[in-house]
Amino acid sequence: MVAVHLWSSLTRFTDGKRVVEVPGVTAGELLSGLKAAYPGLGPVLDGGVSVVIDDAIAPSLHTPVPDGAEVYLMQRLKGG
Amino acid sequence: MAKDEYREFRLVGTRPDRPDGLDKVTGRARYGADMTAPGMLWGAVVRSPHAHARIVKIDTSKAEALEGVKAVVTRADLPTGLTGEDWDLQENTLAGERALYDGHAVAAVAATSALIAQEAARLVEVDYEVLPHVTDVDAAMAPDAPVIREGAADPTVPEGMHPNVVKYFAFDHGDVEAGFAQADLVMERTYKTEATHQGYIEPHACLGQLGSDGKGEMWVCTQGQWFIRRMCAAVVGIEAAQLRVTPSEIGGGFGGKTTIFMEPLSLALSRKAGGRPVKIVMSRSEVLRATGPTASASMDVKIGMKKDGTITAGKATFRMQGGAFPGAPVDMALYCAFAPYKMPAVECEGFDVLANRPKCAAYRAPGSPMGAFAVESLLDEMCRKLGIDPMDMRMKNAVREGDRAAYGPKFGSIGLVEVLEATRAHPNLSIPLGLNQGRGIASGYWFNHGGETSVSMAISEDGTAQVSVGTPDIGGSRASIALMTAETLGIPYEDVRVNVVETGALGVNEPTHGSRATFASGKAAVEAAQHAIKEMCRRAAAEWGIEPEAVEWVDGAAQPAGPNAGKFPPMTIAEIAGKMGSTGGPISGHHESVPGGVGESFGCHVVDVEVDPETGGVKILRYLVVQDAGRAIHPSYVEGQYQGGAAQGIGWALNEGYIYGEDGRLQNPVFLDYRVPVASDLPMIDTVIVEVPNPGHPYGVRGVGETGITPPLPAIANAIQAATGARLTELPMNPPRVLAAIKAAKAG
Amino acid sequence: MSKIHVTTKVNGDPVEFLADPRETLLDCLRDRLGLTGSKEGCGTGDCGACSVILDGRLVCSCLVLGVEAQGKAVETIEGMAQGEDLHPLQRKFIEHAALQCGFCTPGILVAAKALLETNPDPTETEVRYWLAGNLCRCTGYDKIIRAVMDAAAELRGEAA
Repeated sequence: MVAVHLWSSLTRFTDGKRVVEVPGVTAGELLSGLKAAYPGLGPVLDGGVSVVIDDAIAPSLHTPVPDGAEVYLMQRLKGG
Repeated sequence: MAKDEYREFRLVGTRPDRPDGLDKVTGRARYGADMTAPGMLWGAVVRSPHAHARIVKIDTSKAEALEGVKAVVTRADLPTGLTGEDWDLQENTLAGERALYDGHAVAAVAATSALIAQEAARLVEVDYEVLPHVTDVDAAMAPDAPVIREGAADPTVPEGMHPNVVKYFAFDHGDVEAGFAQADLVMERTYKTEATHQGYIEPHACLGQLGSDGKGEMWVCTQGQWFIRRMCAAVVGIEAAQLRVTPSEIGGGFGGKTTIFMEPLSLALSRKAGGRPVKIVMSRSEVLRATGPTASASMDVKIGMKKDGTITAGKATFRMQGGAFPGAPVDMALYCAFAPYKMPAVECEGFDVLANRPKCAAYRAPGSPMGAFAVESLLDEMCRKLGIDPMDMRMKNAVREGDRAAYGPKFGSIGLVEVLEATRAHPNLSIPLGLNQGRGIASGYWFNHGGETSVSMAISEDGTAQVSVGTPDIGGSRASIALMTAETLGIPYEDVRVNVVETGALGVNEPTHGSRATFASGKAAVEAAQHAIKEMCRRAAAEWGIEPEAVEWVDGAAQPAGPNAGKFPPMTIAEIAGKMGSTGGPISGHHESVPGGVGESFGCHVVDVEVDPETGGVKILRYLVVQDAGRAIHPSYVEGQYQGGAAQGIGWALNEGYIYGEDGRLQNPVFLDYRVPVASDLPMIDTVIVEVPNPGHPYGVRGVGETGITPPLPAIANAIQAATGARLTELPMNPPRVLAAIKAAKAG
Repeated sequence: MSKIHVTTKVNGDPVEFLADPRETLLDCLRDRLGLTGSKEGCGTGDCGACSVILDGRLVCSCLVLGVEAQGKAVETIEGMAQGEDLHPLQRKFIEHAALQCGFCTPGILVAAKALLETNPDPTETEVRYWLAGNLCRCTGYDKIIRAVMDAAAELRGEAA
């Protein structure tokens, strides 16, 4: 199980939980796990988010999540 | 020769002439409006004069009857059933039931000349029922504000909010209230920034062609030909691969040319005109009224600080309108606002709000300048109150590698401390100031971006190399990519030609945005070159009859890796290339990826201003930009990015801003009234390139394009307070506002 | 509207074109003569991207009618280099990286050439005020000013 840190306004979809434990060894599996556990997150996650594994944004849904990694969700980043 | 602790470089860090320089100083370079085609028609767009109006009826009969008119399109000519972002793009391309802002396109015409097209556009009769409108972000959230679009809110918006609030976002960590309780000083202020336009000098222009078979072509000034392709294909209802989009040279973008505006209209008109190509060139007022400015913002910030300058907590609520569609960069603004500081506790929330204004587009570090204006202004005021040197405060609270960012995760390799040290050491900080003069300091941050990238490289028969990239060259990226490719291959810079290619030539590339061209296309070009090197080593090994692993690539030639590999003279790239046709065929390299390892960039700016107490006019006396580039591949163009970003930030701070009348019409849609900085407004802009190499890039590159626009807004506000005692909290800080603030400060 | 026959000289060459009386000189240069080096950034004389020399005078070609060129001499960016030899301003712009997107560059080069012909030894302030009618959004002007000053020095025969 991996602890995924959510941003605070997502807690209305997770019964108030800020950190959600989900199974998965890739960024994509964590997102699927989140949606399975809390379907209300679906539209927000599908709208585009960044999965940050330790200090780097995962470039792919297949990016592996190492054991003990710190995982944060962030809004999808874009630039000018 | 550039150098770091590990390596020396032959070319990286030098300043050769840019490959496209000759074309661009002789007028030969072809931009969006410079292309013509046989049988070409000219397009013109009919735009709403109302900020908000129901479109009762569009009568195109008079326009169609005009001699020379070949096509007229309205929303009825575009496919239905689009959803999400595609619907937004289509609705912005041509209004459906309602015009949502002054300048919103409602119809378009194509004719045999530009003058006939313009005349036909005037003959299109539109019956409007004018509706109540709102253009200010705070007013748009008020209970009595007119609703711009029912049901536009996404599921993040809590119940009970005004329907104009379409997205809500919050993050926090730590105990903010406890942090404020520990502080010796807690201050709270509200700031406002006005929408500004990217202000690229080249108006949007395209030449589009679409046949009844669904196949089309487009020549267009854009930051990203694949984005244009996908968006146009969706809006006019064709398959993406059937549209070939060729990017012209681009006359500036700054984020504003990452999306579509009138481009699909050229295709829709062409299709209706029997496939004749249609050229559309926007006027400046169309650019200002109807293409993406950035958002306007209203921001509350509260910060706690100890007497020694330690920040204990920060709280921010940002409201932004990005026009009549979702997409104001409120999330990015909040992420960046506290990024340069170790924050024991933060609480941030943001609202994306609709208003009757044009759909905002990305603008250089989208959101970051607004957030910095609020937070860096308040921090400066607090330093002043506590008698702390603002450089000391920045150093004391600066984030370092491994520190938790205000927005959550930990930072990897970053160079903020190095930037602050270089700033402090700069001679500009010890220049004495005179009467009515003041110095302001501020930091800024941008993430930078990797994004979808596809690059192809091929060795020519003479041992030179061509690189095909999908990121249009806006500020010298052909030069930086050529330098990195030549460095990797071990050949002269002049032996590499970098071509920006059309959509048919490569896989999908994201635009030149997010400061990614030199980072991502550069990284991919290096990978592609290494792929080719491997193949060249293999060919040499076959020639010598030794194992490929026993061959290494040194200075543009294959050579045996050691004494045991055998004794052979080096085989140069030209020798290998000269016979590649008979040794296995073309030698090339490709790389496709979404590169990880993006390196963030921090900057710190120092500005000296003189304020005229009679007029409130602010003169920039000197300006310093210090920023971490990771590594400057071509330092001149890195300096150019720093200087250009600073100049745009100075314009945003002092002059630029959208002015809407009571009627909701934009009152300053020309450069005379939307005043960007001119040469006589500015001094030389001093730069210091700090190099803390990004471990995620083969040459250490971080993006350099965006961070530089962020610090000027607060740095100038801070300098004005230092000069006058007056604190400005609203942009632009034009003479009337500065004068009023000085009077208010004197009145006490 | 019926068109008017215009005979003029562009970069020393005699040319003829038919102009609608509403068309600007910029339109005629670009669309009638195929000289697209002069750019339209605003159409209101505020950005200077369309700068040309008309009978020795620096003008915004978007503020001149095409028919006004009758019997006059027009100099554009396309005439600035002499064959293979770039004008020192053009060389210095490349050398100093005084362009990024390059869209304002033709107009700035034409305007700077006009400056150096009237004032071969301008101060930085004089260069800045002369070029205040030429907008550049990319560079912050720093490298442009340096390139112009350096070209002026070279034209005066001084080592830069």
